[in-house]
Amino acid sequence: MEIQKKSISKASLQKLIEKLNANGRKIIAPVKKENLVEFGFISGLEQMAEDYILTNQSAKSAAFPKFEKLFSYEVTKNGITQSDSGNTEFPELVLLGVRPCDADGFTSLSAIFTWDYHDTQYTDRLNKTTLISISCSKCDDYCFCTSVDGHPGNTKGSDIQLTRLESGDYLAEIITEKGITVMNLAPELFANAPAVEKEKYLALVPSRFKAGEIAGKIKSLFENDIWIEQSLRCLGCGACAFVCPACACFDIQDESKGKNGIRLRCWDSCGFSLFTLHTSGHNPREVQSQRWRQRLMHKFSYMPERLDVLGCVGCGRCSRACPVDMNIMEHLINISEVQA
Amino acid sequence: MLEIRQKAKELLESGKVKVVIGYGKSTNNTTRAVFIRKPEDAEKLVLDESCVQNLALYLYKHEVKHFGKEAVVASLPVLRSMLQLGAENQIKDQEVIAIALTPEKKVVELSTFAEIEKHVSLFKHDLTAEEKQLLKKINAMTLEDRWEYWNKEFSKCFKCYACRQSCPMCYCPRCAAEVNNPQWIPVAPHQHGNLEWHLMRAMHLAGRCINCGDCAKACPVNIPLNLLTYQLIEEINNEFKYTAGTSASQNYVLSTWKLEDKESFIR
Repeated sequence: MEIQKKSISKASLQKLIEKLNANGRKIIAPVKKENLVEFGFISGLEQMAEDYILTNQSAKSAAFPKFEKLFSYEVTKNGITQSDSGNTEFPELVLLGVRPCDADGFTSLSAIFTWDYHDTQYTDRLNKTTLISISCSKCDDYCFCTSVDGHPGNTKGSDIQLTRLESGDYLAEIITEKGITVMNLAPELFANAPAVEKEKYLALVPSRFKAGEIAGKIKSLFENDIWIEQSLRCLGCGACAFVCPACACFDIQDESKGKNGIRLRCWDSCGFSLFTLHTSGHNPREVQSQRWRQRLMHKFSYMPERLDVLGCVGCGRCSRACPVDMNIMEHLINISEVQA
Repeated sequence: MLEIRQKAKELLESGKVKVVIGYGKSTNNTTRAVFIRKPEDAEKLVLDESCVQNLALYLYKHEVKHFGKEAVVASLPVLRSMLQLGAENQIKDQEVIAIALTPEKKVVELSTFAEIEKHVSLFKHDLTAEEKQLLKKINAMTLEDRWEYWNKEFSKCFKCYACRQSCPMCYCPRCAAEVNNPQWIPVAPHQHGNLEWHLMRAMHLAGRCINCGDCAKACPVNIPLNLLTYQLIEEINNEFKYTAGTSASQNYVLSTWKLEDKESFIR
């Protein structure tokens, strides 16, 4: 559908939040928690963090929480009976103030969760979530969305996108049916869009490399020593994967007591040494350099090849969260420059 | 800084070591671990107050060890980690050369555990006044408040294991958290799983932690894990008069016993 352009004042945005709340929707937005900005529930605009480039963690947990129950089971004489699977009633959520890169992260996640198996737990949650992104007027040295087909005003993945104008009002782009539904809850709060050039209000994120070229190149570097060199300082933790809006790997765990139990899925990371450990004791990725290679190959080669989508939105969260400064943008520039 | 570079260059040029683990500049004007293998690259080494990572964990990393004999730019926590790793038979005497600074900031080369022990004895190892203050604040809470405080902190945990991976003492190829037959620690990052994970990790570090604080620094969600280790350091110090990482020949306090122990069950 064609994007409808409107405008909304700050006061009207506050009223919209009240309206959404009254309508039974929970609102998640960036809030200041001690010295971090993280997503949290809000009931008013004043609770929202003002000065942030990005939240510490991505918005993915709205549709893909760090752990969730898949079903319950009971071991009986006649075998195993399974109950309450996939029928959980998920709440109607509005994610307000996500960045365009975060919204686009759901494109990558959805590609994985609907690829060979349609993961209803994920899609049911996402279907009940409306994404109201706010375009970026600022960026930092870790941002590289423009190198991975993104943009500080990218509307892909968002249902509504707001761009703050100098008047304090927002340009509101209504992008999807879900966005229209939200607007129609209180159409009186939306005014006609002023004649403005959106680009003028967006951060300038320099393009550092071309993702398309990386995809072609990285395949030829499988046996290259670059992976060892780049990952010498890597600790093998999962901080990068867990803050990433496009990392979808999970681990299945059963928790039981006697004959009853629940099956859970929990975030997992290809950086962990156990990730590929076989029951036999063999580990096809036995050292960290192989795991680091997998991380980049998956995001920049396997995903575009198989799912026609990149596994990276250029938010730079992995670099900010890394305890040892594994700067992904720097590593990718490095890859783009290597003579294969 | 120049002296450090000179020393690294000498060690590499003479072939005495194959790699010098130290700190170098990052692209974002901070510092991070670097692995110098050519004498001419010794110029890349830096040493300033931003160089805080405990580099001892790289000593046993597969790809680093693969280069050959190692030297490490060793702050006090690195030296103490080396002694503790020595005490736990994870590195051997004379296996690694430490490039350290004396209290007068002179560069010295320490090749044996005995030399490292002597060097380490020149420094104080008590908790700092600031660390003691933080501990006092936690301990002044009622039991209920403290329980609530830690549960709130642990609720942030998503089990990325950065605390474990950044710790030189967490070298187990298979962590107790990953043993699943029986499953000691629930894997999911829910309240029960997080609480057991952090308490287990803390208890496994009792008498072994050398207080580098890297677990807390590495945590991407800012859980003050150093408060747990401060408490353990104090307990072990008070109860056993024992400081980890001061000798490569002392027995790890929780795996040894003495006939004259004040508890009777030991006899």
